[in-house]
Amino acid sequence: MPKEFTPKVVTANALLEGDVVYQTADDRWSRHLSEAELISDEALAKLRLAQAEGQPELVVGAYLADAKPSDDGPQPTHFREEFRRTGPSNYHHGKQAEVN
Amino acid sequence: MYSYSEFDAAFVAERNRQFRAQVERRIAGNLTEDEFKPLRLMNGLYLQLHAYMLRVAIPYGTLNSRQMRQLAHIAETWDKGYGHFTTRQNIQFNWPELRDVPEILDALAEVEMHAIQTSGNTIRNVTADHFAGAAEDEIADPRPVAELLRQWSTDHPEFQFLPRKFKIAVTGSPNDRAVIKAHDIGIQIVEREGEIGYRVLVGGGLGRTPMIGKVLSDFVSQEDLLPYIEATVSVWNLLGRRDNKYKSRIKITVHEHGIDDIRARVQERFEVIRPEFSGIDVALLEQIKTAFAPPAFRQDGAEVFETTYKTDPIFRSWADTNLIAHKAPGYAIVQISLKAHGATPGDATADQMRVMADLAEFYGHDELRISHEQNVILPHVHKSNLPALHAILKKHGLATANIGLISDIIACPGMDYCALATARSIPIAQQIATRFDELKLEHDIGELKIKISGCINACGHHHVGHIGILGLDRAGVENYQITLGGDHTETAAIGDRTGPGFSADEIIPAVERIVETYLDQRHDRNETFLEFYRRVGMTPFKTALYEQDKAYAAE
Ligand code: HEM
Ligand code: SF4
Repeated sequence: MPKEFTPKVVTANALLEGDVVYQTADDRWSRHLSEAELISDEALAKLRLAQAEGQPELVVGAYLADAKPSDDGPQPTHFREEFRRTGPSNYHHGKQAEVN
Repeated sequence: MYSYSEFDAAFVAERNRQFRAQVERRIAGNLTEDEFKPLRLMNGLYLQLHAYMLRVAIPYGTLNSRQMRQLAHIAETWDKGYGHFTTRQNIQFNWPELRDVPEILDALAEVEMHAIQTSGNTIRNVTADHFAGAAEDEIADPRPVAELLRQWSTDHPEFQFLPRKFKIAVTGSPNDRAVIKAHDIGIQIVEREGEIGYRVLVGGGLGRTPMIGKVLSDFVSQEDLLPYIEATVSVWNLLGRRDNKYKSRIKITVHEHGIDDIRARVQERFEVIRPEFSGIDVALLEQIKTAFAPPAFRQDGAEVFETTYKTDPIFRSWADTNLIAHKAPGYAIVQISLKAHGATPGDATADQMRVMADLAEFYGHDELRISHEQNVILPHVHKSNLPALHAILKKHGLATANIGLISDIIACPGMDYCALATARSIPIAQQIATRFDELKLEHDIGELKIKISGCINACGHHHVGHIGILGLDRAGVENYQITLGGDHTETAAIGDRTGPGFSADEIIPAVERIVETYLDQRHDRNETFLEFYRRVGMTPFKTALYEQDKAYAAE
């Protein structure tokens, strides 16, 4: 049986700064996972990824990352995405400096 | 200090100019990422988890004050005010922006530094004993040979697209501080009937299939070294498994063919290419050697040192752990710990870099070294200057007296920075150091090397740690596997796995139980952790790690 599709966000790194970014429903690239578009439909996910890959002047290495819904927008399901969302644990100067 | 020629400077300037144009074309959209990536990697620029990362080569870990200050300037101007010194004696900047990298490379070139061959399937930074030129046990300074190899390998047309990256380390002492047995090629300077030559090891390496290097030749003469090394790399270039990334390193080639077959092939190739080496390399080596001549050592008294040692316990404790005997009378080798308890192993702020540069200039004949253990060394300091030097180090958080102790941990960047990681390394190192500082046990435990990697690539050398910790992903949760009994020195050994791994919450208590087992059962304070492990083996540790829990659970 094919694996059931779980919700995803499109994520990448910004070309100029390298920052982790997320695709929003209105086609922006946000620094905040909470603003990302959570995609539950597999075909749509593929389409949105293809659109992201079509913006090499903005982002690098776009891929689909698992996420789950919450009151505060999409949340990571895996620790790697959790760290990508917040920034490194040793200094308070990654994304967490802006987020908190 | 070795100084590069006009040709070298022109070569680096040209490379930088090319890269600047490539970056501009990438930003303008005229190069795709697929086209750009190999070009940026050729210049040491990676894209990591949260940012770009620029890896700068510090050949054989040697720097002068001017270079260290320039690294500080780069950290402050284009990064977040610090740099990360690595196990291959390089420095990594974790936050440069793409547009700034050409500027950074130009700033490096101003002080004869660059990022060439710090990535890619080439011969990487040649590393060497960080006490080179200063150690009491040294037969000869390993850096001239390392520099010769650096010049030979940089832009070597045959070796730009090797099956995989290639790492060479050189030691001039019988006591190996350069981890030569865990390198693709390890070179040890030896003396035979009054003649200096080289013992060549091959096929060591950590990573997925850790192996200890094997002896390829017991003695290669100075005239034969370069053709012999070239023959070795050349044989592997031909035989190396390009079909499979995991089998491409020379350690696998040596393993699959057997050392005798490889030796015969190297010999055959050596005989073919030997006549091409006219002797210019040996002349060059002689010339390089003069640039590494020892500084003019002073003949001062060391009374200030003796008095301070007797009267100041903090100084004494630091001197006992962080100083090493120097070959010149009245001198000491100073190890500056970049492992303050709770700090990130290997990180130095721009201010700290400047302080170390100043100290090297005022008290250390303008020389600094980066150790593979992620610390900084001032190789030549007169003992009479040590109290003053220590006071300045203390002011800048650089006087931690823990070299070789449990908190002097090697840790790779792990998942806090590295795109390849399967778990974090840095917080584990920070917590272990903090915990044992709280317990005030560190000096009682004595020599104990913990090394942590965030994935099987083993940048943190966990396989050769007395206690090795490998971070893994177990079903979406960080999990840490422990190995014991690893050794990176001349008696190198790969550690043994204790059993199932531990969660992030369990790993610090697990390390504590390992250490308690040792403290409870060692003969006396003179028996080191490694000696203890070699005597008693895994059993008591297994009990402490796994059986005790079961016993409690059954109660
Ligand atoms: C953060 C970016 C880094 C990347 C992408 C990276 C990549 C890798 C990879 C892919 C390997 C595996 C080699 C193999 O297959 O044998 C490796 C091994 C290694 N790396 Fe790194 N590394 C990084 C950082 C570091 C750092 C920070 C250090 C030093 C602290 C380092 C030093 C080494 C060493 C010594 C090995 C052992 C390889 C061997 O002996 O076989 N690297 N690295
Ligand atoms: S060991 Fe793995 S996680 Fe650590 S720096 Fe190397 S590649 Fe990254």
